[in-house]
Amino acid sequence: MMNKEKIRADFPMIQSEFEKGRIYFDSAATSFKPKCVIDKVVEYYTKESANIHRGDYDLSYQVSSEYETVRKLCAKFLNAKSENEIVFTSGASSSLNLVAYGYGQKFLKADDIILSTEAEHASNILPWFKVSEVTGARIEYIPLDKEGIFDLEAYKKVLSDLGNKIKVVTLAHVSNVLGNIVPIKEVTRLAHEVGAVVVCDGAQSVPHIKVDVQDLDVDFLCFSSHKMLGPSGVGVLYGKYELLDVMDPFMLGGGSNARFDICGNILLKNPPFKFEAGTPCVEGVLGFGEALKYLMDIGMENVEEEGRELHKYFLEEMLKLDNVIVYNPKSETSIVTFNVKDIFAQDVACYLNSQGIAVRSGNHCAKILLNVIGASETIRASLYLYNTKEEVDRAIEVIKGVTLEKCIGASI
Amino acid sequence: MMDELLKRDIILDHYQNPRNKREVNDGSYLKNHMAADSCIDDITVYVKIVDDKIEDIAFDGVGCTISTASTSIMTELLTEKTVDEALAIIGEYEKMIAEEDFDADKLAEANAFDTLSKQANRIKCGLIGIEGIKELLERYKDGKQ
Repeated sequence: MMNKEKIRADFPMIQSEFEKGRIYFDSAATSFKPKCVIDKVVEYYTKESANIHRGDYDLSYQVSSEYETVRKLCAKFLNAKSENEIVFTSGASSSLNLVAYGYGQKFLKADDIILSTEAEHASNILPWFKVSEVTGARIEYIPLDKEGIFDLEAYKKVLSDLGNKIKVVTLAHVSNVLGNIVPIKEVTRLAHEVGAVVVCDGAQSVPHIKVDVQDLDVDFLCFSSHKMLGPSGVGVLYGKYELLDVMDPFMLGGGSNARFDICGNILLKNPPFKFEAGTPCVEGVLGFGEALKYLMDIGMENVEEEGRELHKYFLEEMLKLDNVIVYNPKSETSIVTFNVKDIFAQDVACYLNSQGIAVRSGNHCAKILLNVIGASETIRASLYLYNTKEEVDRAIEVIKGVTLEKCIGASI
Repeated sequence: MMDELLKRDIILDHYQNPRNKREVNDGSYLKNHMAADSCIDDITVYVKIVDDKIEDIAFDGVGCTISTASTSIMTELLTEKTVDEALAIIGEYEKMIAEEDFDADKLAEANAFDTLSKQANRIKCGLIGIEGIKELLERYKDGKQ
């Protein structure tokens, strides 16, 4: 069991005057940061300001070496074969776009197939729309079951129907709307049988469950630091080295090339450096390193177990409420997506805000999925390791008492 | 300032029985689909103007209580007004939302939103349909010039 009090004490937001008595149930959007992360970011600006990979002075060397240490730590966190498989980006969206541009646009051809689902976040489907437009490859969707959940049998059928025309399978490991875990290891094994590469959107999985890239065998994994206790402005693209090696960078510029000449010849550096043109978010990467250490100290197994238990409790309590429709009764991690019967999601979310509870309403950037589950807008409550059962109890009491009159009252 | 219970009743009434809420397929109406600013509210407004006068206004789509009720109220307020009168009413409404001095007499039931400015996250809801109508009126005026 985790020591909740100790964990909560580590988060200045939770201890802040503003948050006192409030409940933050929007960690799927972004998480709070522990003090060690914040201190590290500040420390860079107060004690370590220097660019990386450049200067010939002690401080630059020290910061470069710390920056590269975070890369090694991240490789260890994911059990990657080498730190050279870890590319720092500005976030999961940037990582996903980089794969679509650098791999998809380079290697896909007309009539190739990109396989995905209708449950994807905009950041994992719109870049592939572009690949399709540029290359003529077409996007096919694996049918979801009636609750919007990934269906392994349906996937197998698509694989057997379309076979080796499928070049890319791109999927969220955990849906940002429904919180279900896709069996990505099996998905990957089957995709490899038809010769497709697997792009895994790990934005909602890496923060919550143990992800071992060698075990899952995914070809690419994309995620953000800010959803897993780290600073915003930093993300990771994990890619198998041989794929990164043949991929194009999204941007060219300082730091990504070894040399170039007046004739236009460019000799790019090796991965991961060829993808990191320009000065990166140095303080963010250093802070991300502290977030990784924080999670590794607790142990991702414990983060996962605690997350599942808290989620199970929240879900069970929500399912008892007569005035609530839960759209993901089988979800396993973090996210409960619901509506209060007969009240527009945004009105409920605003009322919950007036009661000190932060949730998100809308379509959560997964606009196709809402057609599947039959709701144009939903409310998403997403929890993380600093949330407690007591907060769940208080939220349940408030949700139980939501009425349309109260919702309007909260806005006037 | 309007009494809180009265405000709530007005908003509830316009949300549950929105006025002039229907889809319009008539080329004589100007049409504005307001969906680009927000991925939640998705409202289309329609205005029919004859000789500088608003003969009819309607709206359709999906919205929260505030966006639905504010648009519904405004359609009632602006029907039969001239384009300039309508723009003046919308101007007073915008001043109210911006917490500037405004002429409450011009706004009738729209005064139900006289404290909406305190709820920063709802301001957009209270403006979406009305700004849509305003754009159409301005488009009409531009077209005449």
